[in-house]
Amino acid sequence: MSARVTVDRDLCCGSGNCVVTAPEVFDQDDTEGLVTLRITQPPAALQESVELAVQLCPVGAIDMTRQPVGEKG
Amino acid sequence: MGSPDVADLPAFPFIGPDSNPFIPVQGSDLERLDGPLGKVRLPFGGWAWLVTRHEDVRQLLRHPGFSSDQYRPGFPVLNPIPQKQEDASGLFIFMDGEAHSRFRRMLTAEFMIKNIRRIEPLIEETVVDALEKMRALGPPADLMAEFALPVPSMTICHLLGVPYADHDFFQLHSRAIMDRESGPAEVEAALGALGGFLAELIKAKRTSPGEDLLSRLVAERVIPGELREDELLSMAMLLLVAGHETTANMIGLSALALLEFPEHLDALRADPSLAPGLVEELLRYVTVVRTGLPRLALEDAEIGGQLIREGEGAVAMLSLANRDGSVFKDPELFDPQRKEAHRHMAFGFGLHQCIGQPLARAELRVALVELARRFPGLRAETTLADVPKRHMAVTFGLGELPVTW
Repeated sequence: MSARVTVDRDLCCGSGNCVVTAPEVFDQDDTEGLVTLRITQPPAALQESVELAVQLCPVGAIDMTRQPVGEKG
Repeated sequence: MGSPDVADLPAFPFIGPDSNPFIPVQGSDLERLDGPLGKVRLPFGGWAWLVTRHEDVRQLLRHPGFSSDQYRPGFPVLNPIPQKQEDASGLFIFMDGEAHSRFRRMLTAEFMIKNIRRIEPLIEETVVDALEKMRALGPPADLMAEFALPVPSMTICHLLGVPYADHDFFQLHSRAIMDRESGPAEVEAALGALGGFLAELIKAKRTSPGEDLLSRLVAERVIPGELREDELLSMAMLLLVAGHETTANMIGLSALALLEFPEHLDALRADPSLAPGLVEELLRYVTVVRTGLPRLALEDAEIGGQLIREGEGAVAMLSLANRDGSVFKDPELFDPQRKEAHRHMAFGFGLHQCIGQPLARAELRVALVELARRFPGLRAETTLADVPKRHMAVTFGLGELPVTW
């Protein structure tokens, strides 16, 4: 499955749970401390931890959509 | 619901049994709740919905239709709050919407995990210093007074940029605020002394800034006119109070839990890399915010299948959500190996989730690793039943923890 992650910086409250859970995917910017993405299409090996970050985000600012490989769009 | 019925509701806050500080609520209180969302009688009048399931607590604390503003009429107040709202000008935990995010966003970068890593050497220094002082005093010693309480207040000194010469003054007064022996007049005097001290410190940071949180907020927010000095003072007091008692109680109760389950203390001593997982399970198992988080419905909302009407109060019971068997297998079991421990809500949930959680985690991790390493023969000189408990405090904790080694 390929996956695409999106984040909503207007919703983000900077708890940093995502950075702890999936540091390969999420970061926080230096001035506001709000979520930034290191990568938008996490490989399969990281998708489980992104899923967890989605669950742990206190404000629901993270989304991940998965698609079977080959069905782009 | 009419007022005659309120008197018949279970009185809240609930307290745990005196026999065991790790049982958050007495079974008899839970039995009196009628369903997953039950009604309880509040300490300062009125009633509220008690929300106890993990998923329902998530829903409630994420719901935009609920307010945290304790000054709104009808708010389900659980603890005494400053009488005048003006005295709470920077207490953003009690604010909603833009007013809340304005303050919170000034602090989010300060508490980011990468910035906390930078002050970790100072936390280590603080922890080691407190432990070696405790060693010099004992055995025996009171682990609460000599270790659990000084570590967070010294850490806040470092964070705020309190000069070394003033650390004793700062410690003395913040101790008086937390001391259960202090009467209201003493607490007020200590708050006044610390407020005066921090107001002077903020002024001093204008002319001689350092590498600290107050200096940065003065330079980046106060001087450009985005933040008033009284708001910054109120924020600083909030950080002190919110970061001190909570962390101190977590350190004390964590130490007691590890003395109760010494195999986990031995495991930590042998392998300090176990600390992060252990800390998550301790946060879940201990959950010091035992009275829960109160909210006021600003609109009709459905939580866990129950309609909560505009104007009604609800309390998110973090301690019970953290013992929800549908999320945590054998929830009453203390198990540092459990994979799902990080799903706990000891830091709350939603927009107000604890901003200091990376700092709290770092303090707990360092404190427990060093305690295990430096005191291999540590034993409690008390029992779960005898250890003094502070049931009525804002965050649950131990009055003292007598130990020997």
